Amino acid sequence: MNKAGKVALACAALAVAVGLPACGEREQVIVYKQGKYQGKPDAKPWESDPSASLYTSSKWTAGDKTSWESAVKTRNLSQNEYNRVQ
Amino acid sequence: MARMKFLCDAERCIECNGCVTACKNENEVPWGVNRRRVVTINDGVVGAEKSISVACMHCSDAPCMAVCPVDCFYRTEEGVVLHDKDLCIGCGYCFYACPFGAPQFPQAGAFGLRGKMDKCTFCAGGPEKDLSKEEFAKYGSNRLAQGKLPACAEMCSTKALLGGDGDVIADIYRQRVLKRGKGSEVWGWGTAYGKPEQKASPAGAKS
Repeated sequence: MNKAGKVALACAALAVAVGLPACGEREQVIVYKQGKYQGKPDAKPWESDPSASLYTSSKWTAGDKTSWESAVKTRNLSQNEYNRVQ
Repeated sequence: MARMKFLCDAERCIECNGCVTACKNENEVPWGVNRRRVVTINDGVVGAEKSISVACMHCSDAPCMAVCPVDCFYRTEEGVVLHDKDLCIGCGYCFYACPFGAPQFPQAGAFGLRGKMDKCTFCAGGPEKDLSKEEFAKYGSNRLAQGKLPACAEMCSTKALLGGDGDVIADIYRQRVLKRGKGSEVWGWGTAYGKPEQKASPAGAKS
């Protein structure tokens, strides 16, 4: 096989390698599972860093659920004005 | 922590609509969509007029979740019922199922085009990266991820609307009822969190 033939063969092999995946078909219709949430996962509120928050007085450790819960509880209790006006 | 709930004290609500305004402002809710509203009964009747602030109650056994044909609803660990707007097809089944009229649909166009459902998120955002622009654009503010509680409850001037851990707000309410000696009815709790005979609500709760 001459040089031009080798180049043509290489080009053809490359075209097949690159072109064929384009013929593949991705699943375009969601298969629903009845009664199961189908959407994207959501992050937990305690996973975010307090420093990313605007104007918050709550303090907790990012990723620590217990500290977040205690921060929210402190905030929650401030809704009871009997604690503030004694 | 038990789970997040709303509680509206009808003895205290003065129909100021501060909660509605706070919600609109915090979440930049579009015109025509009301995640929260104040309902008044016996308007103008002296001694019988009562107002309550109503939004999604994030029910224990949420009917919207049950009827959604594309299963776009989910419940977080804190008991907040949220949905994925990328999946919602705007069919409106949830609107018919909800006993509180919480699901809202943006209307646009001349032929009653109905957009994707929008509702109160308990200021917990949605299934996008927390505190991101995408989350804010689709679902509004994520105050829980900032260690805060819903803006409506925190802004309530008479503290009629309480929002947060169910046990904590029930305790606050119980203390209040004992002090004033009346008005123990917690409207909507029986419907949202279980029947009174199932002991899912404080003493005296009505659905």
